[in-house]
Amino acid sequence: MGFPHPSHSKETVVLSRYFGDAGARTYDGWVERGGYEALKRALAMTRDAIVEEVKASGLRGRGGAGFPTGLKWSFMPKDVVKPHYLVCNADESEPGTFKDREIMRWTPHALIEGCAIAAYAIGAERCYLYIRGEFTEPWKVMSAAVEQAYAMGALGADALGSGKRVDIVLHRGAGAYICGEETAMMNSIEGKRGNPRIKPPFPAVAGLFGMPTTINNVETLSAVPHILNRGAAWYKALCLGNPKSTGTKLISICGHIQRPGNYEVTMGTPVKEILYDMAGGPKPGRTFKAIIPGGSSVPIMTREEAEAALFDYEGIVEQGSMLGSAGMIVMDDTTDMVYQIWRLARFYAHESCAQCTQCREGTAWTTRILERILTGRGKQDDFQLLLDLCDNMTGKTICVLSDSCAAPVVSGIQKFRSEFEAYIAGAREPAMAVV
Amino acid sequence: MTSHQAHGSHGATPAAQDPVFVGETRTKLEELFARYPTKQACLLPALWMVQEVRGWISETDIGEVAEALDLTPAYVKGVVTFYTMYHTHPVGRHFIQVCTTSPCNICGAEDVVKALLAATGCVELGATSPDDRFTVIEVECLGACGFPTPIMVDDDFIEDVTPDKVAGILQRFP
Ligand SMILES: Cc1cc2nc3c(=O)[nH]c(=O)nc-3n(C[C@H](O)[C@H](O)[C@H](O)COP(=O)(O)O)c2cc1C
Ligand code: SF4
Ligand code: FES
Repeated sequence: MGFPHPSHSKETVVLSRYFGDAGARTYDGWVERGGYEALKRALAMTRDAIVEEVKASGLRGRGGAGFPTGLKWSFMPKDVVKPHYLVCNADESEPGTFKDREIMRWTPHALIEGCAIAAYAIGAERCYLYIRGEFTEPWKVMSAAVEQAYAMGALGADALGSGKRVDIVLHRGAGAYICGEETAMMNSIEGKRGNPRIKPPFPAVAGLFGMPTTINNVETLSAVPHILNRGAAWYKALCLGNPKSTGTKLISICGHIQRPGNYEVTMGTPVKEILYDMAGGPKPGRTFKAIIPGGSSVPIMTREEAEAALFDYEGIVEQGSMLGSAGMIVMDDTTDMVYQIWRLARFYAHESCAQCTQCREGTAWTTRILERILTGRGKQDDFQLLLDLCDNMTGKTICVLSDSCAAPVVSGIQKFRSEFEAYIAGAREPAMAVV
Repeated sequence: MTSHQAHGSHGATPAAQDPVFVGETRTKLEELFARYPTKQACLLPALWMVQEVRGWISETDIGEVAEALDLTPAYVKGVVTFYTMYHTHPVGRHFIQVCTTSPCNICGAEDVVKALLAATGCVELGATSPDDRFTVIEVECLGACGFPTPIMVDDDFIEDVTPDKVAGILQRFP
């Protein structure tokens, strides 16, 4: 539901049903609400049967890339005796995204169940749950819930009396956006700097501690118990027309909007309904100008593009952007697009791990050129310079942070060029002083 | 197996020469060893423990962590400086982090920064106030973009901060 707002009639409330209900946080409270049935069911199934069920549901990764979850699990080797690991990605640092935080704060046991089911399905006895360092409250809630789950025998050497071992270890990050990238996260857990690794080898072959590893997002794993309880067919049917995007999706909406919050919708819901009906539309007297639909790393959409889109993986691509993490940043007609694009570039420059030249230099120079434009000293040549830099930053680096910096800059120049021109021509007051 | 990494404001600071990993803290560190296949993997948790006790992480502390985990001090320093939440210098009694990334920025985060600097008496971002009470820094997205502007004061996460609320919030942190 549109937490902290009451549920809207156009939402489909599955994952967010108990947001705001403190009773759901305890073990007993979770069991009263039907909790731990899915884990019990899973532990009685074969590993393959679970993987097949998740494959059949159509569930795709909610961390950003949208990779089919069951397929990812099926890459884990079956015959290898060395340890396998599950990593749960709770780094949630993508600007505009704040959904995993609510899952952990309100339904910690849903995530524990999801982790335990996934760990069993991929043959891992241990799951590392990596929570970003700033999430102090989710950390406390998750710690208490994991402790309770051990005390009640749902985790440990004999999970729910099944004779199967499942352990969950909480690991606290220490401030680094890049640690949300899967291989950087593995390095971070290993006690290293959070530098992404070159792939291959892929994590299923050599991941955490060099062992076969699967990594999934908090929301992805939290959907798994529902799929086991209600069946793949039920989940697959949660879809408004496009069978490639199934289930419900939590959308974080923020920025210039009446009711910011998390809304849960069936895949394929029109973006217009999300923006106007659920989130209440623009503030009085304002109109929307730009929407970034998938966290800051995806191309900026104009209002027209966003309003024409259906909210699912393919629907957003059709209108020129990507679903990403579904963190929707809404900007109205009061927004200085050049300034905000500069602010985003600065984010990526700050967060680059600096391994790749294109990213280290590209993010820093992009930021500086945008600064020059904002101080009123921009040149016509700056457009081409920025686009060349962005071209160099796209598809050429170890991870896609560099591409993510280019996305708002390139789309910003394409769609809001006149705002850049105004600074360059001196028609607009500089937003920054020369230092 | 939950973690023992406590959150809280910086507690009593032992004399600088006392090692961190003694008594209860040593026991906690040793308990951590069972949760990871390598000692090196305990590095981030161990650094959190040091910061919990000392308030920041000094060269001496880095040496102690290195020794406890069979690593070199240079290696540990390389890791410490990669992550923004570890302090390599002493900070004020209360450490304030303000998000100014775009989603918060368009909702007035820069005004919150100005109000915080003025109310704490910090001359600039990163500086500690003359009374040693506060250090204010700007940070990137705190993962609470629907509640602009979120700030963190030590380990307290405070949402919906606006300039007019700043004085009242600071009163809670003497
Ligand atoms: C720079 C960067 C940052 C990322 N940050 C996150 C994050 O905060 N949370 C997340 O779940 N995935 C993040 N991802 C995606 C992960 O690498 C990975 O694809 C995801 O955790 C896989 O889980 P899923 O298949 O369940 O989506 C990030 C990727 C990149 C390149
Ligand atoms: S693209 Fe950037 S963040 Fe990613 S590995 Fe290269 S330097 Fe690091
Ligand atoms: S941008 Fe401020 S919390 Fe995300």
